[in-house]
Amino acid sequence: MNKLVVSPSPHARTKESVPKLMYGVMISLVPALAVSIYFFGISMLIITAVSIVSCVLFEFLIQKFILKGKPSHLDGSAILTGMLLAFTLPANIPFWMVMIGALVAIGIGKMTFGGLGNNIFNPALVGRVFLFISFPVAMTSWPEPLQRLKYIDAETGATPLGMLKEGLANQDVSELMTEMPSYMDLFIGKMMGSVGEVAALALLIGLIYLLIKKIITWHIPVTILLTVAFFTGILWLINPESYADPLFHLLTGGLMLGAIYMATDYVTSPMTKKGMVIYAVFIGIITVLIRVFGAYPEGVQFAILIMNAFVPLLNKYIKPKRFGKELKNG
Amino acid sequence: MGLLTFSRGGIHPPENKISAGKLIESPGQPEIVIIPVSQHLGAPSKVLVNRGDTVKTGQVIAEPNGFVSTNIHSSVTGKVLKVDLFPDSSGYRRQAVQIQVAEDEWVDGIDLSEDLVKDFNLSTEEIRNKVLQAGIVGLGGATFPSHVKLMTPKGKTAEYLIINGVECEPYLTADHSLMLEKSAEIVVGIRIMMKGLGVEKAIIGIENNKPDAIEVITKASAEYNNIKVQPLKVQYPQGGEKQLVQALLKREVPSGGLPIDVGVVAFNVGTIYAAYLAVQKNRPLIERVVTITGKSVKNPSNFLTRVGTPVSFLVEKAGGLPEDTAKVINGGPMMGKALSNLDVPIVKGSSGILLIKEDEAHRKEMQSCIRCSKCVTVCPMGLEPYLLMTQAEKGMFEDLEDNKVMDCIECGSCAYTCPSSRPLLDYIRLGKAEVGKIIRSRKAV
Repeated sequence: MNKLVVSPSPHARTKESVPKLMYGVMISLVPALAVSIYFFGISMLIITAVSIVSCVLFEFLIQKFILKGKPSHLDGSAILTGMLLAFTLPANIPFWMVMIGALVAIGIGKMTFGGLGNNIFNPALVGRVFLFISFPVAMTSWPEPLQRLKYIDAETGATPLGMLKEGLANQDVSELMTEMPSYMDLFIGKMMGSVGEVAALALLIGLIYLLIKKIITWHIPVTILLTVAFFTGILWLINPESYADPLFHLLTGGLMLGAIYMATDYVTSPMTKKGMVIYAVFIGIITVLIRVFGAYPEGVQFAILIMNAFVPLLNKYIKPKRFGKELKNG
Repeated sequence: MGLLTFSRGGIHPPENKISAGKLIESPGQPEIVIIPVSQHLGAPSKVLVNRGDTVKTGQVIAEPNGFVSTNIHSSVTGKVLKVDLFPDSSGYRRQAVQIQVAEDEWVDGIDLSEDLVKDFNLSTEEIRNKVLQAGIVGLGGATFPSHVKLMTPKGKTAEYLIINGVECEPYLTADHSLMLEKSAEIVVGIRIMMKGLGVEKAIIGIENNKPDAIEVITKASAEYNNIKVQPLKVQYPQGGEKQLVQALLKREVPSGGLPIDVGVVAFNVGTIYAAYLAVQKNRPLIERVVTITGKSVKNPSNFLTRVGTPVSFLVEKAGGLPEDTAKVINGGPMMGKALSNLDVPIVKGSSGILLIKEDEAHRKEMQSCIRCSKCVTVCPMGLEPYLLMTQAEKGMFEDLEDNKVMDCIECGSCAYTCPSSRPLLDYIRLGKAEVGKIIRSRKAV
């Protein structure tokens, strides 16, 4: 008989693994990917491919030549970061900007902290915000949907949130709404915006998949959406001529993508359910504050990054409910 | 009847109850048995026999050495070959009595018939004494001497007797088969233990993956309206004492406390059956049902095994050691101990022997923690395993104590569920050992 293997219990292990979880998230992004290919065509494919390849390549190079560690570029997380970064970009952005975004996302957002599991901020959002601040014009010129064969040369316009922000200076909400895409268009994604953020319906299908597969729990995405609906709802009830209604807020901008895919990133979100709810409520509040009172039309990216910074604090002070009370005189 | 379960954490690993439905059989007796004198929690018993002595089945060969200790009986008739140190299932060499087995001859005064005896006239004292004399310990695995549990400490009152028929460990079916075949005896055992404890109410918790057991026990206990059978939703670690009490009564045993702190005393069904035999038939605890199972085992079985029987003997009786065996576990896959040597004896606490194939025997390589929080979600004690592991790794023992590391019941749900295959429980055990030392030294001052 061969020697027996001896190790401490448990001797049974789940079949789950990090790559499986990452690929699960990617599968859930397929509907959103399909919708954005439908609306943005070739340009969507170019920037998604460039973003994924760049993220994987930069992770490989940094891991191999700078950190000199085990290669980790194929564990799925770099592919996912690449995919999510691409989803936050306008379809007509030059591909070299995408590469810079990928370098910042992986290089600064992730590897400087020590790689997967150690980063404080969501890497894809770090990349996006870097591009947003560095190339404000390219990052805010949004191609109109359904120009499937155009890339850099596409006709551009403003996002619904951008129109709202600009327009409120001299118009009422009700006047502005007549120029906006219909709610149905907003719901299926026929509007201007980042390639992956427009399709509320597709992203919600992705959310349902993630919940069924138990890859994430409802706490973060549902709480963010409810919080945004609640606060925009209060403002709307106070004065519907100066504030857009909650449905408009839910269906526009990067809120769905942020709530479902960015805020739920395992590494940069809290460890306890209570912590998750607090984190999500604040993301919702900050998003509304920036959208309604801030300088930018959309705030969910900053809201998530700001709350990412509070996650270690939430983990330190928000503990799970322990089993059993303290024994007296014990 | 609604299904209950415990409220915090938990997992549902593949059940793999291959040996379910196999009748309890005797594997026969080996040529040599090795009976350790420490088969229970507490002080090892004091050996009463010497080399060359002849012993009979059921004869006391070691007596209690303190209050938390118990009798050890010879499980066979034969000649004592040696009283020496022998390796036990944990790999340590501990004192044991080695006996050459001869033809089975029981000591006098033991009722060996299969007849059901229902004598409820014994006093509480007599019941407690018989339990001690018979060397009964908790057969669920903790092996805490049962007579101690029958003495309610001053200032506490026992209100409920809870019987653990959960058997939440995958693969194991020893308790299941016992409930199916000995339901009437178990119900008498429950009545006796209720009297021994002085309680009026008993609840038996059984997971609903054993509907046949729920049915027969319900039928057997129908005439007593203070014995309730409660089906439970399948969830590991429901057989944990604290989880079971919480599932059945919604009472949480305090941190560092015992079930008696919430008015409960809990026994495993196997223990209850042993108590029946002890009190009604004067039979000491010298045999128990042991499941022998595994995906490539030829005849997965539930063997009524004499204490001291070598594991290798049972493996032979179940069809021999399969070629692809790479790991042998004493117990279930979640909390059992891996054996390095198959000559170690079955003891009172052995509920099963599990043979694991090569492809399932090895751990996967550890990856970085991705902070998915699954370990926090599944922890039935409301702890943060990822944090405890890091703090144990870094020697932060004060923080470990503050984060309730001593509450860990070592169920392994965290390590089971970790997608990065991190050895969470290994580090938590190290942390518990160190924090335990610190707490003891603080008390000593």
